[in-house]
Amino acid sequence: MLKIKNLHANIDGKEILNGINLTVNAGEVHAIMGPNGSGKSTLASVIAGKEEFEVTEGEILMENESIIESSPEERAHKGIFLSFQYPVEIPGVSVTNFVKTAINESRKAQGLEEMGAKEMLKLLREKSELLGIDRKFLSRSLNEGFSGGEKKRNEIFQMAMLEPKLAILDETDSGLDIDALRVVANGVNTLRTKDNAVILITHYQRLLEYIVPDFVHVLHNGKIVKSGTKELALELEEKGYDWLKPESVV
Amino acid sequence: MDLKEKLVSSFLAFENNVDVEHSVHDIRTEAIKKFEEKGFPSRKEEEWKYTSLNTLQKVDFSIFPKTESDLDYKDVKRYFMHEIDTYKIVFVDGVYSSYLSETTHDGVDVCLMSSALSKPMYKAVIDVYFNKIASKEDSLTNLNTAFSREGAYIYIPKNKTPKKPIEILHFSTGTEAALMSQPRNLIIAEENSELQVIERHQSLTSNEVFTNAVTEIYAGKNAIIDYYKVQNDGLTASLVDNTYIDQKDGSTVDVHTFSFGGKLTRNNLNYYQNGERVNSTLRGVTIIEGKQHVDHHTLVHHIQPNNESYQDYKGIYDENATAVFNGKIIVDQIAQKTNAFQQNNNILLSDKATINTKPQLEIFADDVKCSHGCTIGQLDEEALFYLQSRGIPKKEAKALLMYAFANNVLSTVRIPELKARINKIIAKKLGVNIGFDL
Repeated sequence: MLKIKNLHANIDGKEILNGINLTVNAGEVHAIMGPNGSGKSTLASVIAGKEEFEVTEGEILMENESIIESSPEERAHKGIFLSFQYPVEIPGVSVTNFVKTAINESRKAQGLEEMGAKEMLKLLREKSELLGIDRKFLSRSLNEGFSGGEKKRNEIFQMAMLEPKLAILDETDSGLDIDALRVVANGVNTLRTKDNAVILITHYQRLLEYIVPDFVHVLHNGKIVKSGTKELALELEEKGYDWLKPESVV
Repeated sequence: MDLKEKLVSSFLAFENNVDVEHSVHDIRTEAIKKFEEKGFPSRKEEEWKYTSLNTLQKVDFSIFPKTESDLDYKDVKRYFMHEIDTYKIVFVDGVYSSYLSETTHDGVDVCLMSSALSKPMYKAVIDVYFNKIASKEDSLTNLNTAFSREGAYIYIPKNKTPKKPIEILHFSTGTEAALMSQPRNLIIAEENSELQVIERHQSLTSNEVFTNAVTEIYAGKNAIIDYYKVQNDGLTASLVDNTYIDQKDGSTVDVHTFSFGGKLTRNNLNYYQNGERVNSTLRGVTIIEGKQHVDHHTLVHHIQPNNESYQDYKGIYDENATAVFNGKIIVDQIAQKTNAFQQNNNILLSDKATINTKPQLEIFADDVKCSHGCTIGQLDEEALFYLQSRGIPKKEAKALLMYAFANNVLSTVRIPELKARINKIIAKKLGVNIGFDL
């Protein structure tokens, strides 16, 4: 589904991604771990198309089509979803209206009719129940005055509504207490199918107890320095990231 | 002949033919003298540092339209709040249009300034209120006073509330190559009365229009006035709007100013709190581009103790647009326990757009709470990326962020149909079609 080949990216001339290679197939869950500043969030942003980052080398293919030149919205229309570490507050636009607009813009781009009111309502009800979201919450202004947990839950709610092919969850576990983490993880697990894929970006192993990855990659200095299965995450938890320092990675 | 000379000589030539009360003649004559002394304001004056009327003074404006012109309702329907029932006071090229208007004398007076200034039955009210709160020093106000004859006259007696909102509409049809008009409105809401007004100036052609309007508003004890100025005129229309508000004990006056259109717009919005427990609210949204210029000068004069004022102005400027916000708050020595708040937030969408913003606080009392803040910034790139990453195209995403930015002001419009209308005007201006009412 997603193929990243030798990806280099920089911001203001500072190289942050330094030759990433990654293949994610439908049905898989990949976890990307690494110390602070290793380039995890940058990788997520570059896949989603953030324009501040300049891709200097390499290729990103989504379903065998290059998306390097695509705008963030075009990538979203192709089925890429990024759950933000710090979701942005949009006063005056309710969660419901925002989600409706997002769904209908994607449908428009795919040449589909706008979703009918009845169908939309059904979907809203279904997905909000899945994530234990109160109906009143949906009429509040997007992220305005939301707690950290509410913001993250709202991100996963948007993901549930948009049904992306590839969901990238950037530090979705940060700022969540254990109950909120369970709800969010349960939501993600319920949404998993053989046709979609998930990339989890996380600093800690904790989230991976709830959303079990098929592959774990360790990012360091903008490069994947180690890949393995879920056991690698446990090893990292035990040893920390120090053993990854250049001298020990040979 | 420059515009000032033309105005002064026209005044002398026509004054004897104008049908108004003697006392009004005296006021007009005094006002033209003052205008002749001071002339048009120049950029040398601090209050006019960033707004120049020089170009306008070079235009050969007609001062009295020669021919009356008729308008078909269907051609101008879209400028009315046709979704709801309203009283309407409509002027076409400065002349009252009985055909387009819907006035009333049923318990309240919603009618014409020309009647009020000439008919004996209104003399008592005119003597008490006409040209009382309006400045006797401001040159453009004096100019308007000298030519004051037509406009809206609204009188709401004690304990009354008109059945519906009142629209004041001024159309220019372009029968003159260039037209200058001086509408004069007088609005009086007596004790415990309530009133909603929507005001709009609309030029229908690309001929030049210069409007110098003066509105006097009197809010009696506990009166509530909700006033909306919709400034979405064509790009050859200029407006100087001078509004003077007198508030008595316990009254509330809210003014919303939406400035989207026009070539040059200058709003002088002046509040005088001549009572206690008064609430004054001034809100505005300005969205301009091209070479448009909008200048908001506000004054809130806290004259009595225990009063509140609240100002919130949002501005978004693109291309070469220029804008000014100058918010003056005066707190007199006896005006203790004043609570005054002022906020002005601006977004510059281009490198060439300009905003000059200045809070001006003159506080002579010691037990008051006054705060002010202003910001100038760009659209938040991270927020834009957030919206785009959800599949919302950049243009629509930008528009959503601008709505969000102006939301504090937009959300306080109390007439839902007007709010929807303003949202539509903004969407059209931003070139987007957002599929829901915000």
